[in-house]
Amino acid sequence: MNEEISPTPNRRDFLKTTAIVAGITVAPGVLLYGVSQAKSPDDQTITAKKRWGMLIDTNKCVQGCNECVNACITEHGISENVRPDITSQWIRKVGLRDKQTGKEYSLPLFCQHCEHPPCVDVCPTGASFKRVDGIVLVDKHICIGCRYCMMACPYKARSFVHETLKNQKPHSPRGKGTVEACTFCVHRIDKGQSPACVAACQKSGHKAMLFGDIKDPNSEISKKLSHVSSTALRPDMRLNPGIRYQGL
Amino acid sequence: MKVRYLLNILGKLCLGLLLSLAVNANEPTSMQRVPIPDPPKALENFSTEQPCVEPIDIIRRNHGSLLKHRRNDTMYRGVRTTQYSLAACINCHVTPDAITGNYPSISQDSEHFCRSCHSYVAVTIDCFQCHASKPDTSVNVINSINILDTSRASQ
Ligand code: HEC
Ligand code: HEC
Repeated sequence: MNEEISPTPNRRDFLKTTAIVAGITVAPGVLLYGVSQAKSPDDQTITAKKRWGMLIDTNKCVQGCNECVNACITEHGISENVRPDITSQWIRKVGLRDKQTGKEYSLPLFCQHCEHPPCVDVCPTGASFKRVDGIVLVDKHICIGCRYCMMACPYKARSFVHETLKNQKPHSPRGKGTVEACTFCVHRIDKGQSPACVAACQKSGHKAMLFGDIKDPNSEISKKLSHVSSTALRPDMRLNPGIRYQGL
Repeated sequence: MKVRYLLNILGKLCLGLLLSLAVNANEPTSMQRVPIPDPPKALENFSTEQPCVEPIDIIRRNHGSLLKHRRNDTMYRGVRTTQYSLAACINCHVTPDAITGNYPSISQDSEHFCRSCHSYVAVTIDCFQCHASKPDTSVNVINSINILDTSRASQ
């Protein structure tokens, strides 16, 4: 288990040094920006000092509850009028059953925001990318819709838009011919809000999803991760996902 | 005599031709040309100093590159200020029809702000295949709960 959490020493050193270089080059730009216009929280460029993650407590996740899925659909306006059966799925509820004991688990499954995302490795245009704060996204401006990333993703987390869409949400541009997936509600995170699914789970009273900065040792999620046992899905692949599951 | 007569006629013909050409150049009928664009008025001024997010001559010439530069800032660096945000352009520039109350359609109506000039100058943009071309009027239930993440807010 520890293997996935900490990468090999060489890689870690490499990451450290690149982070420092990035910090130096970014700093003057940030300064310039600050002088040229009034500072607001939206101004802040993202930093590699953070990594957004989530801890899902499968004991609290209720079978048959779809609050997180519905919240995602509402937030991003995900609907398909032409062929409803091929609607994108950014998040889905998955049921597991232990064949030996008969115990059933219910959990939400969506983009796992891997540290080493296979979708980014295979993308021929660079459209699949990872933000420095760990959020894995598709830059639809350069996505050619080849769908290699969909094949590479071991979690089947990505969808393809097959039909012309109308009435998209201003904060969630989506369109035909591109691949899409959970964005971790990046538009909300950049404003200091938690993802829509987490907010909905919280509101429903189940509180099965905990979201936060897993690089900040004082954040609620880091504190919890340090004393409860949790696992990544398919830890054998060593992708080090940002989403971890408790009680599996 | 004969030659003079012929020359006279030829001269008149040439003059007539020239005149008709001149008339054609000055007054094209609406059938022949795309009408001069008339972008609809924006909702409000950006600030007391200037109507738009940049002085008018600059925004007219450079809005394409401003938007493209900004797009990468948002995509890769998470900058979401409203100055060059496409959503903000739409919120301020796309207004409902005074009579019907409907927003103009980006794919059909020449009254849509972002379409008005583009068809005239033969610019085709595909921004609106993905991006919303009108302000979001639906009340979003999830947006109203604002759970500030403590680790970001403390920064
Ligand atoms: C807060 C309101 C506001 C915002 C936001 C805004 N504009 Fe403007 N813009 C105006 C006003 C006011 C004018 C002056 C003309 C008018 O009254 O419609 C104008 C003028 C323009 C013009 C020139 C129109 C002409 O008649 O020649 C262009 C082009 C333009 N804006 C593009 C943009 C783009 C692109 C954005 C987004 C990056 C944007 N505007 C954002 C208010 C705004
Ligand atoms: C005043 C007329 C006018 C209005 C209104 C206008 N545009 Fe333009 N736009 C132009 C012209 C002219 C060009 C071409 C400029 C050039 O090629 O140098 C252009 C080019 C662009 C480009 C770059 C296209 C490319 O292929 O490089 C984008 C993007 C763009 N406009 C977006 C918008 C958006 C979005 C709006 C609505 C908010 C808008 N424009 C409203 C006149 C206008």
